[in-house]
Parts: sequence; C-alpha cells; structure tokens
Amino acid sequence: MKKVLKYVLYDILKNRFVIGYTLLLLLLSFAFFGFEVNPGKGVISLLNINLIVVPLVSIIFAATNFYNSYEFLELLSAQPLSRGTIFFSQYLGVCLSLSLAFLIGIGLPVLFFEGTMVGFRLVLTGLLLTLAYVSMAFWASVLTSDKAKGIGIALVIWFYFTIVYDGLVLTLFLSLSDYPMEKATIIFSLLNPTDLARILVLIKLDVSALMGITGAVFQDFFGSAKGVWISLTALCIWFIVPVFMAFKKFSNKDL
Amino acid sequence: MKLIYPFLILLVSSFLPALAANYEIHNAEELVRVIKIAQDGDVLEINAGKYLINGLLIEKEINLVGKGFPVFDGQFKGEILTIKASNVTVSGIRFEHVGVTSVIDWAAVKVIESENVIIENNQLFDCYFGIYLSASNKCIVRNNEVEGIASNEQNTGNGIHSWKCDSLLIHNNTVRNHRDGFYFEFVTNSKVDSNLSVNNIRYGLHFMFSHRNSYSYNVFEKNGAGVAVMYTRNVDMHHNTFKNNWGSAAYGILLKDITDSHIENNTFDKNTVGILMEGCNRIEVNHNGFRSNGVALRIQANCEENNLKNNDFENNTFDIATNGMVVQNLLLNNYWDKYEGYDLNKDGLGDIEYRPVNLFSTLVERMPQVMMLLRSFTATLLDKIEKVMPSFTPENLMDEYPRMKPNLHEKIA
Repeated sequence: MKKVLKYVLYDILKNRFVIGYTLLLLLLSFAFFGFEVNPGKGVISLLNINLIVVPLVSIIFAATNFYNSYEFLELLSAQPLSRGTIFFSQYLGVCLSLSLAFLIGIGLPVLFFEGTMVGFRLVLTGLLLTLAYVSMAFWASVLTSDKAKGIGIALVIWFYFTIVYDGLVLTLFLSLSDYPMEKATIIFSLLNPTDLARILVLIKLDVSALMGITGAVFQDFFGSAKGVWISLTALCIWFIVPVFMAFKKFSNKDL
Repeated sequence: MKLIYPFLILLVSSFLPALAANYEIHNAEELVRVIKIAQDGDVLEINAGKYLINGLLIEKEINLVGKGFPVFDGQFKGEILTIKASNVTVSGIRFEHVGVTSVIDWAAVKVIESENVIIENNQLFDCYFGIYLSASNKCIVRNNEVEGIASNEQNTGNGIHSWKCDSLLIHNNTVRNHRDGFYFEFVTNSKVDSNLSVNNIRYGLHFMFSHRNSYSYNVFEKNGAGVAVMYTRNVDMHHNTFKNNWGSAAYGILLKDITDSHIENNTFDKNTVGILMEGCNRIEVNHNGFRSNGVALRIQANCEENNLKNNDFENNTFDIATNGMVVQNLLLNNYWDKYEGYDLNKDGLGDIEYRPVNLFSTLVERMPQVMMLLRSFTATLLDKIEKVMPSFTPENLMDEYPRMKPNLHEKIA
C-alpha cells in the first residue's frame, strides 16, 4: 500500500495543476490579508474561497484524476494487490496532496495573519470540506465509466451543495414562514457540508449578529461545545460515507 | 480706604476654620453622639474600623471624612445614611450590606431635598441601591466605586439613582453588577462624564424625561440590555463607548422618543445592535464609529429628520436595518467598508451612491431562521440582484456621497 501510495502521491504532486492551485490559494490569502486593514475582513473573504473554490477544485480535480489514472488502476489490478489497496492509495494520494495544497495556500497565511480560534476553524473546516468533496468525486467517478458523465455528476454535486441547496432552503422558509422552523434550521445545516463549514466559522465571526435572533435555538446549538462536536462529526460523516460507498462499488466493479 | 478690604477679607477668613470644629470618630456610638452635638460646617474625621449603622439621619451641614476607608455596615437591615441637609460632604467611606425590600428603595447613601451635597471617593459594596439622589439640586457624585451582587432584576437596585434633580455632576464613578448602572428620571441640566458601567443586569444607563443633560467619555460595557434612554429632548452624548452588549434585546444604545439631540464621536463596538432609533426626531448622529456590530444602526420608520453624517461603518454584519419603505432621514458622507464605488475626481467622496440596507437583512427581519444562510453564495447573489434593481429595500435610503476613507483612523481594539 505504502509503495503504491508513494507512486500516486509523486505523480499528483508533480502535477502542474496542484502546484498552480497551491499558488493561487497562497496569492489570494496574501492579497486578502494584505488588502484589508482588518484581518477579520480577510477571514470573511477567505471563507468565500473556502466555500466555493476549494470544493470546486477538490471535486473536479479528484474526478479528472481518477479517470486519467484509469489505465494505471487497470495495470495495478493485474498485480497481486487487493482492490482496497488500489482504491485507498489512489484516494489517499489525492486527499493528501489537496490537503497539503490547502494547508500551504490557506493554512500558513491564516496562521500568520489571524492565528485565532476563527482562523483555526476556517482551516479545519476547509480541510474537512476538501476531504468531503474528494470522497464525493470518487463516488461519482466509480458510478460511471464515462469520463464526461462522471465529471458532469461531480459538477452537479458541487452546484447543488453550493447554490441550489441554499435556494431550496430559502424557498422552503418562505413558503413555511408561518410555522416554527427554528429546529429545522439545524437539520438543514447538517445536511449540507458547505453550510456546516460556513456556519462553524461564522458562529464565531458574526456572533453579535447571531445573538440578535429571537428564539435562540440556532446559536445555542452551534455556539455550544456539544453542537460544535456534532457538526464536526457530521462533517466527518460527509467524507467517510461517500468514500465507503465508492469503495463498495469499486470492489465489485468490472474494470 | 480701598486698601483695607484685602486685609479685612484675610482677617475674616482666618477666623472661619476656627468656627468649624473637628471631631475624631472611632466607633459607631461616638459617631451618633457627635452628629447630635455637631454644628453646621463641622468636620467629622472617621477612623478606619467597622461601624454597624442603620438609618443614620443627617440634618446638619456637616462633613463626613473617612480615613483609611472605615466600613459602614448596614447588616441588611435597611438604609445606611440618609441626608436631609444641604452642603453635606461624604467621602472616603466604604458602605456595605444595605437591606433589600420591595417597598422602599433603601440605599447606601440617600440624599433627600438638599443642595450642594458632595459624595466622593467612596466604595459601595453589596448595596440594594447605591447612591440615591431625590429632589436634590447641584449635587456632586464623583470617584465612587459601586459594586453590587446581582441576582435578578427584582432583588437588585440601581447603582446611582437620581429622581427629580437638577444640575448634578456625576463624574468618574464605576458601577458594576447592579440593575441599572445609572438611572435618571426627571433630571435636568446635569453632566455625566467619565463613568464606567459594566455587567449590570439591565441597563448600563437608563434615563427618562431628563432634558438638557450631557453624557461624555463614559464607557458602557457588557450590560444585560445595553443602554436605554427614553422620552427626552436636548440630550448631548459625545465620546462615549458602547461595547459588547450581546443578546436578543441588547442594544449599544436604544433611543426611544428622543428629540433635538446630538450623538457625536461615540464608539459602538461588538453590539448586537449599535443604535436603535424609535420615534426619534432631529437627532444629529455625527462622527461615530460603528465596528463589528450585528446591526450597526436600526432606524424605525417613525424617525424623521435625523442627520447621519461622517460616521464610520466597519466590519458590521449589517450596516443599517429598517422596517419600512419610507425614509425621512439624511445619510451623507459616511464611510462604509462595504462600499464598492469609485472616486474619479479624487475629492475623497465616492461618485456613486451607497445603499446600506440589503435584501438579506430585510429577509432576516421577516424570518429570523433565514440567518442560517448568512454569508452564503445564495444570500450574496440575492443582495447583488437587489442592488441592481431595488424593489424590496427602501430605494431612497442611501448615502449619495459616501467617503472613500474612514473619518477616524483609530485601530480596532
């Protein structure tokens, strides 16, 4: 496993795309922190990168990379290696390289300019988001052998969680505004990794605004230690379940 | 002949101290006895020690001067000092344990219908009401430290409480853990400055029907509901700091039916709502700094002819919120950190207008649970669309010439 992982990792780290991604994040981070006098505003700008760019890059890169190394996977399958070894070395290779890119690109500048609890949460949730979207990309890729279709599914997943889901929630709130929806907000937040990551950061960032809501269910939940652990666990489930489903499919797949 | 006057004054004034006697007090019995025999103008020097005192009535113009903070203990039985004479001074004394009752407002020091009373450099601890001025004029309360043990709103009194007074000076006092830090009702022409009001369960400062007062250089922090002022005209508030007032009913300052007033050079930091204006007319809100508030300024639609100029809005979740479509207030030359305009003629003012009310805050107003989508892509998208074509937010609520740079260049603490 170690040997295969090493090959995969070397291959990806040499990839110009990952290096470019790292540099892009690094540039954006320094630009945001350097441009804004107040580091708090830099965190808000980075949060948008975290919620839009990081998931998009993770899901697209993981999907394309899976299809591009399809021949390598076929070759490996001819060797005396278990499907688990093949699959997880591929998965870990992508995860490790993207996480590394994220840590260098966003983690380092945040540590440098905003080494607070908010900054830590930003990096942690960004990391978990990377993992979640890589897992979903793998699931999408093993579902179909057609490269275009697989990347299409990955794009739809990103589009759904980033834009469509929030629109649906908003529509639901609008149409059910006569009913008490306080507790529902928590469930809706847990059902979308992007929303979870966003709320975990802004519960610290916009605390004064969130305290203003009457009926304090939402901020009581996400503001408490229990709530934070539940949301972090939910974020972990968001990357463990898809990768497990993908592996199950991959083990029985006719390559 | 004229040359004699200075000598005459010198002669008379050299006799004056001799007329007032000086007493040294060592225990409570002595204190009660001396107060009985003392004449107007006498000085009672009270030495350090514990004095068990209840409802001590002072009806002469005497000076109580504590040496090394003697402790006046009310043993929770009732009031400690009641002053019903003018020109009394109380200084350097520590008051403790005033009784709690819901019938009478027992206080550590109560001043009733007197003038020129000075209460300074005292410490008050665990008192129901701290310093209570009732129908008294020209009194000075300064350099006192008032600390309560707050349990709930019903069993705690106000730190410094004034009712129906005129021309007071409240300077450099600290009030903690009381119900209201400073409470004024029917108090006029008074000056309240350089005070600190922290951790009170209700309001840091609370006044009603108190016209022509000035409040300056005070700090109001972490009070249960911030500061609330009502039904008053000609208020002058400047250089105060309102910070960390969090909660669903907490405001940096709540202005209800305030007219013809000035609110200038104040700082509003990290409050759920910086200023709430309801039924306010003709208020000048200038040169204030609003930083990291949930909602910096909420102007209800029943406010008219208020001018908001040269303020700084930085890092607030929402800059302005309102509840109607009609706006009869003026916003001009403020600095908004969310402003995305440009300044081609380099006069320091943006060339396009800024609309501080966004669609998302209007939605949150109607459905608080929408707050879940704060800072999401969808929320940002909605705001952008609304900015291009305002339909849900008041179209004429805008700053026509916003500033490109902040007015005050203070760093955020």
